[in-house]
Amino acid sequence: MTDVVQSSPDLKLSRIPEVGTSPIGSTAEIRLSELWESAPGWRGWLSTVDHKEIGLRYLVTAFIFLLMGGVEALIMRLQLARPDQTLLTPEQYNQLFTMHGVTMIFLYSLPVLSGFSNYLWPLMLGSRDMAFPRLNALSYWIFLFAGIFLYASFPLGEAPNAGWFNYVPFAGLEYNTGPNIDVYALGMVLLGISTTVGAINFIVTLFRMRAPGMSIDRVPILVWGTLTASVANIFAVPSVSLAFFLLWLDRQIGTHFFDVVNGGKPLLWQHLFWMFGHPWVYAVVLPAMGIVSDALPTFCRRPLVGYSAVALSTMATMLLGFGVWIHHMFAAGLPTLALSFFGAASMVISIPSAVAVFSWIATIWLGRPVFNTPFLFFAGFVILFVIGGLSGVMTAAVPLDFQLNETYFIVAHLHYVLLGINVFPVIGGIYYWFPKFFGRMMNETLGKWSFWVMFIGFNLGFFPMHLAGLLGMPRRIYTYAPHMGWSTVNMVTSVGSFVFAAGILIFLVNFFMSLKRGAFASPNPWDAPTLEWATPSPPPAYNFAVIPFVASRHPLWEDRLDEGAGRSSLEQGYLLMEGRETIGTTPLDAKPDIILKMPDDSYTPFFLGLFSALAFTGLLLHWPGFTLLMALACSLSLMVWMWPRKDLVQRVPDSKQDKGAAHG
Amino acid sequence: MAEATQTDQALPVGSEGKRSGGWWGVVALIVTEGSLFGYLLFSYFYLASQTEQHWPPEGLPNLLMPGVNTVLLLTSSVFVWASERCIQRKQMPWSLASMALAFILGVCFVVIQLHEWSIKTYDMTTNLYGSLYFTITGFHMLHVIVGLIILLLLLLWIALGYFDDRRYAAVTIGGLYWHFVDMVWLFVFTSLYLTPYLY
Repeated sequence: MTDVVQSSPDLKLSRIPEVGTSPIGSTAEIRLSELWESAPGWRGWLSTVDHKEIGLRYLVTAFIFLLMGGVEALIMRLQLARPDQTLLTPEQYNQLFTMHGVTMIFLYSLPVLSGFSNYLWPLMLGSRDMAFPRLNALSYWIFLFAGIFLYASFPLGEAPNAGWFNYVPFAGLEYNTGPNIDVYALGMVLLGISTTVGAINFIVTLFRMRAPGMSIDRVPILVWGTLTASVANIFAVPSVSLAFFLLWLDRQIGTHFFDVVNGGKPLLWQHLFWMFGHPWVYAVVLPAMGIVSDALPTFCRRPLVGYSAVALSTMATMLLGFGVWIHHMFAAGLPTLALSFFGAASMVISIPSAVAVFSWIATIWLGRPVFNTPFLFFAGFVILFVIGGLSGVMTAAVPLDFQLNETYFIVAHLHYVLLGINVFPVIGGIYYWFPKFFGRMMNETLGKWSFWVMFIGFNLGFFPMHLAGLLGMPRRIYTYAPHMGWSTVNMVTSVGSFVFAAGILIFLVNFFMSLKRGAFASPNPWDAPTLEWATPSPPPAYNFAVIPFVASRHPLWEDRLDEGAGRSSLEQGYLLMEGRETIGTTPLDAKPDIILKMPDDSYTPFFLGLFSALAFTGLLLHWPGFTLLMALACSLSLMVWMWPRKDLVQRVPDSKQDKGAAHG
Repeated sequence: MAEATQTDQALPVGSEGKRSGGWWGVVALIVTEGSLFGYLLFSYFYLASQTEQHWPPEGLPNLLMPGVNTVLLLTSSVFVWASERCIQRKQMPWSLASMALAFILGVCFVVIQLHEWSIKTYDMTTNLYGSLYFTITGFHMLHVIVGLIILLLLLLWIALGYFDDRRYAAVTIGGLYWHFVDMVWLFVFTSLYLTPYLY
């Protein structure tokens, strides 16, 4: 087929995309499989750019980090179960709570959502891959290497130990002389590269890679959530990367950014950290809320109530989220006017959040709920979100925050928010999309058990933390005296945390059992409305045999909803099979705009990721020569990557010499 | 079939100018790098506003060489733009010459900036101002060097005949990045060299 094309230079630069059908088993479909499938064995494993493969890797890696962070938490809960325990030394405790925070916040909560979005976006949008498949692979490799980097000093007992927000001057050289903080600082800059390129990929994918007809008001809410998070990330991540880089300069080169004696300001660290930190909080919850907004309606047997309101409130939350960072610094001695403003802004956030909550409740209320496992997780999420949100509004009140600052009340709040809005939707999402990922159903009985054990364990574990905080127990203490009156709440919390862990364990058992022995899944086992369910389970390498034409928000429910002007066309569409190809559409209306040539599998992302990680290792170990060499290797990899190619039509085709003049 | 979708129009194939993925990607990259400079300058003003030291330590900065340098950098942006225009008009030798000139002007900027660094009486560890000055201009210098490598590659690719008036997305994309590097210098220049005259 390629030979036919090469004979005509006109077809190389522009052509009318062929419309047709390509049923499974047809020559066209077989040709597509050959084009898109990765090589078998380790070659394919290292070089693949398939968004589904990368998405699953993100999910699995992030989940492993969740388990590691969970084990760290359980060890801390053993230490705190009773007063005056000596299981851990104070330094060990410091490293554990720091690594627990770093792991959960940076290595689990966003990457796991990137996993969902990487896997699902092209399927939901009716495309064959993300906008930048190789960048996608790079983003995963750097995430993996940064995770390993951050954990590298853990076995040596030199892990980051100044808390996940790492305040100076405690994190400065004067009080923290070991490599602990340098590992954290460099690891975070490295991880920031992964987050940034991943975010850029999502943004461009949304604007360019939707199926024809999928105008901006027809994309699933998960897409809105991840888009909002990604836009926020490209604005916010530079702040934290810079903060960590300046800290590293202070520690290793001798600059004075945070050095009080020479005019530096520790508050600069807090500003830079939280200007990033608060938008990040929304970046790790908005896509998860998107999971619920998309999946909950399937189990309520009706479309989401208030699609536009939820989409707009998603963006409004993030916009406001950039103006609330000082609520993390209420007790830092800032002017009262600033406190009032940021306190008020923090309370305003409850408005868009409430819009989303009421739309979920209305969806359940007006629908006919089917009470299976994913539904339970999503409904449980709504409850936990309300509790976490409520304690958030409480701490947005400046006087109350003065009282509660640095107590277990804050710990309770942030765990209700992060587990409630991230972990519950994620587990529910895995139950929901498991059939799509692996072609099998998860066990329903075990599923319900896992939900109830997790839900009860979670509330048993974290609700008493509110009380511990109100009783004055500060966070981050490695033990406490018996007469403080904190013994009972801590015991209950520890018991609850182990019950919660048991729930996760049931989920894991279910996961592996279902992977082996689950019932085979049809393409659309839940009778869901969105495009990913139009593909076989699991989807083939090319996703869609033909690029569909989309006519409504719920392409698979059109027969009963009758909401669009016409009918989506899923069987007949653009064939696009002269090499790896997909369609690029206009940003808002999704009109066909360009035939995009997609890159083949490539080792370059792996090597670029590896060289970057090694360059950072060189910085950590003070090997300037090695670092320079690796930086050079990175540049060479980038040149290989960016070199204009004929097969991607980045260069003029060969036959230009004889036909070129005629084209003016 | 959705009636809104026209299926009979010829569409460009591959990396076509501003419709290419790369152009969109670099726009997003510029947003995030622009933010990085925003945070750098925020740090500068935040610390400057609270300092009790001499700011800058050597008194008001001399504007002559930095001013000349600014003009050089902006001129090089103009030549990158001209190089792209020449490709569109099929004047490949002029495009090549224009890109070469842009590159040379960029190199001049680097040389003059290195000279500026060498005549400072302090380095980045001497005082807070030095830390800020060398970190901010250092970040910019790094971007100029990356930009110069890009210009050099574009020069090579144009010379190799990779592009013609129908397909030259790399020049558009690489050029956009260079314009960004030059634009951001205006902010750095204004903050570090001009604002000290205001107080």
